[in-house]
Amino acid sequence: MSFEWIQIAWALLTLFIVINYGLIMTAVIQKIGARVGGRYGIPVWQNYIDLIKNFSLRSKIHHGVMFYLGPVFRLTGGIGLLLFVPTIYGSVMHQNFSYSGDLILALYFVFFGTLGMALGAGESGHPHAAIGVSRGLSQVTMAELPLALAVYSMTLQYGTLNITDIVAAQQGSIFNWTLFTNPLATTAAMIAFVGTMMRSPFDVVLAPQEIPIGPPTEYHSAYLALMQTNRVLYPIAKTVIFMNLFFGGATNWFEFAIKIFALYMVSVVVGVVHPRFRVEQSIGFFLKWGLPVGVLSILVV
Amino acid sequence: MKHFDPTFKKDTEKEFPLREEMRPRTVETPDGQTIEIEPLKDYFCEAPPKVHPKAYSKIVEDFYNWARAESLWILGFGTGCGAIEMRPLMTPRFDAYRWGIQWRPTPRQSNLLMISGYLSIKTLKRAIRAYEQMQQPKYVVGLGSCTINGGMYWDSYNTIKRLDDYLPVDMYIAGCMPRPEALLAGFVALKKIIKAGKAEGANLYAENFAQYKANQKAVIKDWDMPDYSW
Amino acid sequence: MMKDLIAKLKKHYKLTEPDYRRADLTFVTAQKDELRSLLIALRDIEGFTHLVLLTAVDWLEEGLFQLTYMLNNRAANRTLALRVMIPRANAVGDTIHDLWPTAETYQRELREMFGIDFPGSPRVNDEFILEGWTDMPPYRRDFDSLAYSLQTYRERPGRVTHDPREHMKKALYPDQKPEAAK
Repeated sequence: MSFEWIQIAWALLTLFIVINYGLIMTAVIQKIGARVGGRYGIPVWQNYIDLIKNFSLRSKIHHGVMFYLGPVFRLTGGIGLLLFVPTIYGSVMHQNFSYSGDLILALYFVFFGTLGMALGAGESGHPHAAIGVSRGLSQVTMAELPLALAVYSMTLQYGTLNITDIVAAQQGSIFNWTLFTNPLATTAAMIAFVGTMMRSPFDVVLAPQEIPIGPPTEYHSAYLALMQTNRVLYPIAKTVIFMNLFFGGATNWFEFAIKIFALYMVSVVVGVVHPRFRVEQSIGFFLKWGLPVGVLSILVV
Repeated sequence: MKHFDPTFKKDTEKEFPLREEMRPRTVETPDGQTIEIEPLKDYFCEAPPKVHPKAYSKIVEDFYNWARAESLWILGFGTGCGAIEMRPLMTPRFDAYRWGIQWRPTPRQSNLLMISGYLSIKTLKRAIRAYEQMQQPKYVVGLGSCTINGGMYWDSYNTIKRLDDYLPVDMYIAGCMPRPEALLAGFVALKKIIKAGKAEGANLYAENFAQYKANQKAVIKDWDMPDYSW
Repeated sequence: MMKDLIAKLKKHYKLTEPDYRRADLTFVTAQKDELRSLLIALRDIEGFTHLVLLTAVDWLEEGLFQLTYMLNNRAANRTLALRVMIPRANAVGDTIHDLWPTAETYQRELREMFGIDFPGSPRVNDEFILEGWTDMPPYRRDFDSLAYSLQTYRERPGRVTHDPREHMKKALYPDQKPEAAK
């Protein structure tokens, strides 16, 4: 695929749209949660105000170089993930920097943010941050296992590592989706998906009542604003991958919005009905359920 | 007024000895070196707080103040009975989230410190530390008559009477205790103060730092923390 | 039943005339040097296995502290409170933390709030509630809380006190004349 300078502008536009979509969608989801609980809930633009507020704080303190770089790494993870994955299939504008081996890179970027966060939070020196990070890393590592297996299974199935090709293979009918052609891989991947969304039952990393609030304990003002941006961007970027791999991708922004929202709601719905797992419980869950399903999906293919 | 003994004199002479873990001492590190440590100097940065100027342009500052007012993050630090009055604000009946009010578990991320009731000397020490760890601009709201003039603890030997001697208070909400409705009205009033640019408590604290510290140290006798907790 | 118990105890120990407050609650004053054997006997023979509380009363005028050991017999639902008088100057009590581990906490509190020492009790000199307290123990009756408060914490002017009865009368029935002083 040839590179053109205009691609950078289009990619930035994609980023802009996705961040705004994420800010509003997370607020809407919080509002849905509030309405379920009988509350009115936050205004839908609350996330924007929080962002501006955090950028406008006057003082900030730092704990060393990695403390600066933590949120930057994390945001890089989110942006990188988004930019190397075709957001809208078949659109020249939102094809981003997709290339023939992008699936491997995307898998790496899923992990990148967590690693950067681990270093940054570790340097903040707060014990809660260190506890949260060690939990987060072990949990994410375990959650990646079924995902990696599902991806192997898919590459065997489609014979390619290019996400665009994988999406292309799923076009035509809803029954061409990986969801129907390879349900085992999809199941394994969805277990990983729920596990990495930082929602209950896998939110022991943040655990507000126990180790308030885990890795970002020491982060504030502009650092926190960066992390908030990432917090709306990263889940969506991750969901985009899952949408592309298993749910036929999206050919326009409307389809994108619907599919992302539906996928995100999966983790929300799972979250509201399940109590929080401890770390060893969630690791046990991934090993017991995610791993066999992933192995099975490879065997079936 | 209750009868009291005019001849009673409090014992102000005695100094409280520094706690053992805070004393300078020589320790041996795990790899065999012998080093001198002085916890109060080594672990903390002692620089006093700075006065942070407003944004250069008035429009920008007004915009920022609007954002700060519409996104009040409260530090969940409960003292006294007001801590119980705060909780219903999260529930469906009062639902303070409608006004952009949230509770954060760490002082680093919060802007509003609610002193929700009487402060004993022991709690005052923690409240000061929590306040100083918050990022500017930050606001303090005192709840109930205990923070205003001592309330029903007016004759207590271990409870402060005026919160504004020790922390820069932006607003008091009167009552014993104020009900959640009064708290909501208070939040709306506080937003007006912030939007008008009058809630400069953090800068006030930095300007009158020596005075505030003198007041704090007059009642907290075992001062075993840095003068300013970053 | 309590009368039988007191009569039985009186054979071996010097006790004052008991004070039967209720059918299930009795107060009796014991001697300081007999306290420990009395407590062991009550705990191990008479079934008073639960230490309800250990507290003190300041008899300032008499120059005495009264230590109250309240014991409960769960099976029989009876409570017996032993009073022990100790001199107020250089007050020292006998530690019973080896009989009831909970007594350790009570003794720390008494040490801090009344200044009664219990040699041998674990962590008895550690701070219990107060932090950095340098004045006399605040629960002693010669400690004037109001005077201390006035000397330590700044007042906010404008504080008024009303007699609740007169104030409510005036607020609720403004037409009625206040009663003439007789």
